[in-house]
Amino acid sequence: MSDQNSLLETDIRAYLEAHENKSLLRFITCGSVDDGKSTLIGRMLYDSKMIFEDQLDALEADSKRVGTQGENIDFALLVDGLTAEREQGITIDVAYRFFSTDKRKFIVADTPGHVQYTRNMATGASTADLAILLIDARRGVLEQTRRHAFIASSLGIRKLVLAINKMDLQNYEQSVFDDIENDFIEFAEELAAGIEIQAIPMSALEGTNITTKSDKTPWYDGPSLMEYLETVPVDDERLNAPFRLPVQYVNRPNLDFRGFSGQIPSGTVRVGDRVKTLPSAKETTVTKILTGDKEVQEAVAGESVTICFADEVDTSRGDLICTAEEPAEVADQFQTRIFWMSDEKMLPGRRYLLKIGSKTVTAQINETKYRIDMSDLQDRPARDLSLNEVGVCTMSLDQAIPFDAYNDIRETGAFILIDRLTNNTVGMGMIDFALRRAGNIHWQSVDVNKQAHSSQKGQKPAVLWFTGLSGSGKSTIANALQKRLFSIDRHTYLLDGDNVRHGLNRDLGFTDADRVENIRRVAEVSKLMVDAGLVTLVSFISPFRSERRMARNMVEDAEFVEIYVNTPLNVAEQRDVKGLYKRAREGKIKNFTGIDSPYEPPLEAEIEIDTTSMTADEAAELIVDWMKQRGMLEA
Amino acid sequence: MKNLSHLDRLEAESMHIMREVVADAERPVMLYSVGKDSAVMLHLAMKAFYPSKPPFPLLHVDTTWKFREMIEFRDRRAAETGLELLVHVNQEGVDDGVGPFTHGSALHTDIMKTAALKQALNKYKFDLAFGGARRDEEKSRAKERICSFRSAEHRWDPKNQRPELWNLYNTRIRNGESIRVFPLSNWTELDIWQYIRREGIEIVPLYYSAKRPVVEWEGTQIMVDDDRVPEELRKTAVEKSVRFRTLGCYPLTGAVESEADTLEDIIQEMLLTKSSERQGRVIDRDQSGSMEKKKQEGYF
Repeated sequence: MSDQNSLLETDIRAYLEAHENKSLLRFITCGSVDDGKSTLIGRMLYDSKMIFEDQLDALEADSKRVGTQGENIDFALLVDGLTAEREQGITIDVAYRFFSTDKRKFIVADTPGHVQYTRNMATGASTADLAILLIDARRGVLEQTRRHAFIASSLGIRKLVLAINKMDLQNYEQSVFDDIENDFIEFAEELAAGIEIQAIPMSALEGTNITTKSDKTPWYDGPSLMEYLETVPVDDERLNAPFRLPVQYVNRPNLDFRGFSGQIPSGTVRVGDRVKTLPSAKETTVTKILTGDKEVQEAVAGESVTICFADEVDTSRGDLICTAEEPAEVADQFQTRIFWMSDEKMLPGRRYLLKIGSKTVTAQINETKYRIDMSDLQDRPARDLSLNEVGVCTMSLDQAIPFDAYNDIRETGAFILIDRLTNNTVGMGMIDFALRRAGNIHWQSVDVNKQAHSSQKGQKPAVLWFTGLSGSGKSTIANALQKRLFSIDRHTYLLDGDNVRHGLNRDLGFTDADRVENIRRVAEVSKLMVDAGLVTLVSFISPFRSERRMARNMVEDAEFVEIYVNTPLNVAEQRDVKGLYKRAREGKIKNFTGIDSPYEPPLEAEIEIDTTSMTADEAAELIVDWMKQRGMLEA
Repeated sequence: MKNLSHLDRLEAESMHIMREVVADAERPVMLYSVGKDSAVMLHLAMKAFYPSKPPFPLLHVDTTWKFREMIEFRDRRAAETGLELLVHVNQEGVDDGVGPFTHGSALHTDIMKTAALKQALNKYKFDLAFGGARRDEEKSRAKERICSFRSAEHRWDPKNQRPELWNLYNTRIRNGESIRVFPLSNWTELDIWQYIRREGIEIVPLYYSAKRPVVEWEGTQIMVDDDRVPEELRKTAVEKSVRFRTLGCYPLTGAVESEADTLEDIIQEMLLTKSSERQGRVIDRDQSGSMEKKKQEGYF
């Protein structure tokens, strides 16, 4: 604010005019406290006069009391206010700081700490245009630096500032700087294409090359950090990409107005432009553009707009409006990069909600191709992903969606994964490309359909899903029930956990990932059997709610009956018909449900059977009565 | 090609947030505190949904101790925008005679504001409430998310907040849970004032300097807005040119002596005085770390 400070005092109007037209830059700072990150951010806030006097008084007092800089101001204290909160266990993934100069307003994403670093940094990087990588001049390019650069470039950041800090401790030697810069440039060739690197020698502590060029580095002919941040162009890529508008909101105040609202992630739209709405692929012409309540002829990336069409094109929330010349792709299977952010593992086969743009669909991870080891950035084989792991996975959706590759347009290629039970955001991902398989395999439409099968048999198909601990009595009850149903001429089939594991699922073990796959296959088989008109009995421990819900969602609502065979663990263990509990307790069987693997009891089972108070035959009778009452045994 | 200014971008982001979270909410509401941040938030909502009206009502939690000018302004703005205005008062508190002079600022705020807000949210079963808080207001707010999740008891669980990635907001909640959404998170105080100026947004006249009767109470100059100021205190009232940097309950809002009676003068004064905004608020200084504590209890 320096040269404008006088303006502030003498001509406030001129000052405000100047400041009204500043641009905005969002950046992330990567590095640890040891690298001088907090000192750097504190210094930037201080130099741009974003610190008020009352805060400054507190800062000076704190610096003397707990600071590490003797009588000098410890700038790190300005931004280290979160330590106490960390100790209390409050999750802080990113802290945001704001400052501005004459030319720009800056939003800084500061990701504290080493713990959870991947997740935190990815969060901060997702909205950043630029990353500052802090390097301690005494230590050079470390694994950590490479990791930061990898995450930043994965998230689509194309501008990296290499802040080679603590140059004062290296006597501002040019060779130190040159070696580090060359080291990094060599490594950066492995990163995504088109990355611009600006290396700056500095000392955050002494303020060297932060706001202005310092005479301590006469050999350096680049800009100071602030000069660079103030002038680096940021929007070219977005503005030059093809026009997109994810529809957030259909604006229809009356019959005369029908507009589609959203924020433009890329490109430009003008009145008269031909556009295409996806996935319907209908074309029309833009007749009106509103930015807020103002009608304009043109709108660009970054603006929130409402646009109107010449024709009544069926468009709703979640659709993507594109330039007709270069529309987005539509697909339902992808290769993606996923950053996992939940304590609970990502499991192939499990279903998650996927939100992309304004659209939410159901997604399933098909296969983890490999994970990227964050310690050395090498690919490693993997099936699942744990917290803070990054992997390349294929996934499929329950419907086709419009998208762009993340590397082309960030907002239309980025998604989050949501756990369906807890509603938590458990992962973030980026689409690399569509897998074409889905387009080639069409559903074979068959003339003899489910209806025909079931009327031939004179019955309503259903899935009777028995869940419960090992030895709870599921199979015994299912067996008794099947005999009864058979005796009244029902066409049935019993899928039993043990039996299926000998054939269809004999390649699967008992890890969480395998349990999910085990259930997925059985759910698919029971769905086929329902299509064939059968009353299908499924007797599987099926310990996870999420997979039971998946099975439920595969058939129609009234066709699925969840039967919870509720036998307390101690009772099941006492019975121990197959001697499995004994072996599990002895540690001879791993991942045994109820012992060292969890069982999630149903929250809304249609039928619950307490095996401590009734026999298997009584339970079968109870189920038959239940089915009769609901008309499930009528023709 | 257009170059978007920082205000354009902040505006676009806030509109995006509002449209996005409203789409999935069943009963959204905007908490309208009548202050300058609320004025900006309301203005943005009118723009975001234009030509439709914003699909939510305004809710004002009236502690019955607000400046009279705030109440007049509130009713007029609601009428002008055509939005439904819900005013909620904690009637039990009123019946018990709760007020800042008799009960102290902490208890008063707790009963008439925090508890009242919970009552209102329960009464109308709102599942989403917009609030005008900003990240720059206090060091500890720097980490706040745009969407903040509350349990059915309106408690904020700091260990269980969702990461916010790109501009994708996950607003799925279970029955009874609710979300507070802060569309102004990335605005600074200066941004707010610049935007008010650029857009010509009307604000309560109390922000501008005028001759007003003030008394000294608990180390702060407060305005004598009505007869509820204790008699012996009222006797000490003097007319001074003052204005207010934040607005709340009049006995809890410190006046600053100032001659700034235009928007430009206010901004100039703000930039030159350099003391942070919340200094004028009595509740903040009550206990250290008090904002954090109040939020866990459900205060904004």
